[in-house]
Amino acid sequence: MTTTAAATPRPGTTEAPRRETGKESGGTLNVFSHAFLVLWVVLAAGPLIWVALTAFRPSAEILSDPAGWPAAFHWENFTNAWNKADIGRYTINSLIILAGSLTGTMLLGSMAAYVIARFTFPGNRVVFMLFAGGMMFPVILALVPLFAVMENFGLLETRPGLIIAYIAYSLPFTTFFLTSFFRTLPTGVQEAAMVDGASHTRTFFQIMLPMAKPGLVSIGIFNFLGQWNQYLLPLLLNNEETKNYVLPQGLASLAVSQGYRGDWGALFAGLTIAMLPVLVVYAVFQRQVQAGLTAGALK
Amino acid sequence: MKTGTRVGEPPPSNNSKNSKNAQKSDDSRNSTGSEAARGEGEPPPTPLPGLLLWPAVLLPPGLTPKRVRYDRRYRTLDKYRFILGFLAVPLAFYALFVVSPFLQAIYYSFTDWSGGPVANFIGFDNYRKMWDDARFWDSLQVSALLLVITPVVTLVLGIFFAYMITAGGRHRRGQAIAGVAGSSFYKVVYFFPQVLSVSIVAVVWGRVFNTNSGLINGGLDKAGIEGPAWLGGDETLALIALLTVISWSFVGFYVVLFSAAMGAIPKDIHEAALLDGAGRARTFFGVTLPLIWDTVRTGWIYMGIQALDTFAICLVMVPAHVLKVTPVFLYERFRDGQYGYATSIGVVLLVLSVAFSLIVMRVGNRDRIEY
Repeated sequence: MTTTAAATPRPGTTEAPRRETGKESGGTLNVFSHAFLVLWVVLAAGPLIWVALTAFRPSAEILSDPAGWPAAFHWENFTNAWNKADIGRYTINSLIILAGSLTGTMLLGSMAAYVIARFTFPGNRVVFMLFAGGMMFPVILALVPLFAVMENFGLLETRPGLIIAYIAYSLPFTTFFLTSFFRTLPTGVQEAAMVDGASHTRTFFQIMLPMAKPGLVSIGIFNFLGQWNQYLLPLLLNNEETKNYVLPQGLASLAVSQGYRGDWGALFAGLTIAMLPVLVVYAVFQRQVQAGLTAGALK
Repeated sequence: MKTGTRVGEPPPSNNSKNSKNAQKSDDSRNSTGSEAARGEGEPPPTPLPGLLLWPAVLLPPGLTPKRVRYDRRYRTLDKYRFILGFLAVPLAFYALFVVSPFLQAIYYSFTDWSGGPVANFIGFDNYRKMWDDARFWDSLQVSALLLVITPVVTLVLGIFFAYMITAGGRHRRGQAIAGVAGSSFYKVVYFFPQVLSVSIVAVVWGRVFNTNSGLINGGLDKAGIEGPAWLGGDETLALIALLTVISWSFVGFYVVLFSAAMGAIPKDIHEAALLDGAGRARTFFGVTLPLIWDTVRTGWIYMGIQALDTFAICLVMVPAHVLKVTPVFLYERFRDGQYGYATSIGVVLLVLSVAFSLIVMRVGNRDRIEY
């Protein structure tokens, strides 16, 4: 009904010309809107493409003509970035931290969410509000005391310390998101498992977690990006030894140090190496990423 | 459900309120309750002494005798054991490393803490010091400008592009509203900056704005214009650069958000507007914008808070002597060892963001339109 209403003009005198102008303005708007949309494509992707292209140019060429096209494609910058500028080391550091923090976040977050969503116990509501409230506070406020707490536990400048911090600051949203997800799952399956004599733990790991897979994937991608890109926490808790830096930290310090060395090519190559995997993950999972990140802001 | 338990089967569920009450009443009628623990073909058991249940709590369920496992009271204990076991670690992490630092921050803002074990209570001295600190006001001026300007710029661009994507297409088959071709391509590209780390965004744009070897000045050079030192000294230019980068990285986010909101508006509403002879602009201001206003307001608050929290982009991209935002000022005080003073700046930032949210809620409050 919705499409035919406008498609078949009613036998009236004014209807036909009105539709005509509507079509026309749609046409001009079409050209006009495409022009603007393409302009923003250039603005959004331009700096990133420039970085990727410049990564193939020798440093001297970059300095003399920064906006130029690469004369030939040189791969040396990439090997320099990976080996000499320590991008390889930073990538491995990031991977190690992420392996621990992402696993921990998903496990602890889903455990807490399951209990909150599926069991009634005194304080259930309080625990939920506690997690939900944590999403609203600016991390910068907790910065200084967090540093002291980590120092007291002997976790400063350690990998476990950084992993724990990532987990703790990812828990509020992860728990909040998964709680509402577990609530939507049918209760019957859980009851059937209990009737068959499965323990609570077993019901959770073998029945409920597999059922919650779509929710786990969304929040998993969200946390993957958030933790891989994390800059503030490592800056605070992992700042002393350059060799322990994670990728975002390493690139920020590289931007300073390459300036002294004058090796801009390696910096551009490092940036490209750092951006590529994230953009690939995004291109593959774009729908989930867009949904996950926008939900993250507004829930 | 009660009949089920009488035969010695585990109750189908013990997470609903009803079953909990049922358990309680069964516990009070102790002798009948443990009769339920009888397995098939076993002699009627003597009531289990309550004390026996407690050691069972420490055993894994597999090693717990059936007789104990089917006891009502054990089942309650088992449930709470599970809840505690699953909540303990997440809650401990969260309480220790998130909640407690936040609460401590408020306390320490009233002390002269400098990192050591001693923190003397000094009342509002930190806040008085802040009031007289010209550097703080300089940084706050930058942050306040970002707080006011960034949301407007970013949201206007976001709404504009979202409307172009959802309604800018050519009419096909007489549709009242048509998306442009390749709308998902646009959204994917616009969203790129959102998935990158802020530090990478800052380094990339630091290079783009570089005076001698940057993309902008390199391009201007080709046109025969000598570009200015964007981040080299002039405060206004650096502020414009900062604003550009923040908006650049968030526009895609709002395009996705608003086009989702616009897509949720029922098609016949736009059709009605078209039939009534409303043009594109009129349709937008009269129909589309009011209908997505709730999303716009939430986005406005979120963007304002993001702008106020701007830290990494400023720290990495803009040289500290040119200009700094308040969070960078806070970070510098922390590195100086003025922990108490730094936390009080954090508290002021929190108050500002709460105040901003309340004002936007108030100002942006319109009658909600249900559809």
